[in-house]
Amino acid sequence: MKRPHLRTGTGTVTAGEGPPDSAFLSVRDLRIHFDTDDGLVRAVDGLTFRLDRGRALGIVGESGSGKSVTSLGIMGLHRSGRARVTGEVWLDGEELVNADPERVRQLRGRKMAMIFQDPLTAMHPFYSIGRQITEAYRVHHPDVHRKQAHERAVEMLARVGIPQPDKRVDDYPHQFSGGMRQRAMIAMALVNDPDLLIADEPTTALDVTVQAQILDLIRDLQRETGSAVVIITHDLGVVAEIADDILVMYAGRCMEHGPAEQVFSRPQHPYTWGLLASMPRINRERQDRLLPIEGNPPSLIRVPPGCPFHPRCRYALLTDGRSNTEVPPLVPVDADDPDHTVACHLTPEDRQRIFSEDVAPGL
Amino acid sequence: MTTETVPAPGTAPVDGEALLQVDALVKHFPIRQGLLQRQIGAVRAVDGVAFTVRAGETLGVVGESGCGKTTTGRLLVRLLEPTAGSIRFEGRDITHLSTGAMRPLRRDIQMIFQDPYSSLNPRHTVGTIVGAPFRLQGVKTEHGVKKAVQELLELCGLSPEHYNRYPHEFSGGQRQRIGIARALALRPKLIVADEPVSALDVSIQAQVVNLLDDLQGELGLTYVIIAHDLSVVRHVSDRVAVMYLGKVVELGGRDSLYHAPLHPYTVALMSAVPVPDPKRKQQRERILLTGDVPSPVNPPPACRFHTRCWKAQEICRQVEPPLRELRSGHLVACHFPENEPSPG
Repeated sequence: MKRPHLRTGTGTVTAGEGPPDSAFLSVRDLRIHFDTDDGLVRAVDGLTFRLDRGRALGIVGESGSGKSVTSLGIMGLHRSGRARVTGEVWLDGEELVNADPERVRQLRGRKMAMIFQDPLTAMHPFYSIGRQITEAYRVHHPDVHRKQAHERAVEMLARVGIPQPDKRVDDYPHQFSGGMRQRAMIAMALVNDPDLLIADEPTTALDVTVQAQILDLIRDLQRETGSAVVIITHDLGVVAEIADDILVMYAGRCMEHGPAEQVFSRPQHPYTWGLLASMPRINRERQDRLLPIEGNPPSLIRVPPGCPFHPRCRYALLTDGRSNTEVPPLVPVDADDPDHTVACHLTPEDRQRIFSEDVAPGL
Repeated sequence: MTTETVPAPGTAPVDGEALLQVDALVKHFPIRQGLLQRQIGAVRAVDGVAFTVRAGETLGVVGESGCGKTTTGRLLVRLLEPTAGSIRFEGRDITHLSTGAMRPLRRDIQMIFQDPYSSLNPRHTVGTIVGAPFRLQGVKTEHGVKKAVQELLELCGLSPEHYNRYPHEFSGGQRQRIGIARALALRPKLIVADEPVSALDVSIQAQVVNLLDDLQGELGLTYVIIAHDLSVVRHVSDRVAVMYLGKVVELGGRDSLYHAPLHPYTVALMSAVPVPDPKRKQQRERILLTGDVPSPVNPPPACRFHTRCWKAQEICRQVEPPLRELRSGHLVACHFPENEPSPG
């Protein structure tokens, strides 16, 4: 398979008129701000990326980095209330941010679907699993008879590996275990054969053995249907397991983006280094100490000027103060590697040197 | 009321000596039903757990949710009344001590909780929270409680000026530091930490793990750290106990256990941990356990893991495997262990 382009803009892409390119999902300069009594929360601030069918993108970041807000933004779930969404989201040639909410509603569930972190709160406790799946199906297939929809629900439960689907279809969410509930939610998301599946922390609430089952399931279903998948997680291990591409977010912006092998073998951003170095790993001999990232993530109301990571960055001093004042653009790492982009003021030589001398030995 | 000064001049535990001994510990939660609230069954949360914690070491307890690790932790600090078995702290039986008789011991045994949001009273200032142990135990400090609290805050990487602030003004990592400062107030000998870092982001998690490590070296603490994250447990523990459905299935030194696990459950658990390296994805062999952990209300007979085990034979359904020592200091409860050392 030809590897699709991943080239991302500089974060200040001007609004285009038509679909930007052939990418299946293309997000351009997405900004999602919330008005609060304390000030404007810039939850997502100029995010640009693309994703093709059959690929899985992992969005990684700590809590408050804007990854969940991004996914809700793509799904068009921010419309009501105080959220201000600007920028463009192109899905298969259709722009969604400025589209008619009714049109987005038609696409939601059918063309794009979402799996949430906690299936117990995402499912209605009062209706049986089967009824909830059936409802999701019939909303988009109004002509389908109730009985056919029920058969479809059983078929979907079987497909996600629930034993005795014809019996379990009448159970309520509380009668399912955590892993089964997550399977049922995946069945609900996939009932209309969506082309884009967004999974927000799909395995965070699960035990490792069940997590492995669910990740395998998502991967198999993706292979089967050829859909595009966005996985949002804080766990770099999960991303390595499932994603083709990785996007590292911090304070609502993209810090680094590229093919998974590249980002893991040659990470470029000091924040990515920090994440990799601070994790204890099961396959690593014990070191004396973990190497944490000093300080705390910033408030999204007062995002530091310049590179948002500079107050926690050990190497910010090497950029002659540019990190403190100038927002670094997202640029390709080098000419051989145009798909791997990074937003950092360090020179490529400095990054190379710091990575091989300081960072790599600790990984 | 005692009037000792802190740090209490108690007998310092000698490293390597048994500080805490747990034997055949059982906790069943009754399930009641009907008008008369007759007991119709029991959740067998902890069902015969035995281990020893030596002074100065860290014992890690791992397992999936519902395996009884949190209940075990709460039994150790006597927040729950054991159904059977015994707990000995410094040689003294504390299994059924009354609340009053337990109180002096609370100075020596402290707990750090998982959720730094619900374990701190939102209406109390940090000074009140961290100073509470001094007041409750009637401990007089040399330069007053405020000074002692400020020293504790500094020890845990917070600023003494935080004394008058409220918990909501702090981030998750800082709150966990407040919880740690409170646990350390009376210079305990043993700290039971239930998922101390699982609610924190990775970069903050590393800060707290390092803090626990530093404090252990500085104050000679003994830890029991309960966690579901095998990578964290590998990093912090000297010895590790793996629990499954209320029982310890494997117990051993960290290196021995992680290099060559003996119990099939441990092997499967470790193979399921995602590793942040896409290249390893293809290389390693993953053992996929099917299904979920069975209910502790009605656990499978004999070996509790036999319903999910790929090596299960008839004997596993008939006879419960005892915990036996296969390598020096490394125990396993399995009829057909993995990585078994060849005899002789």
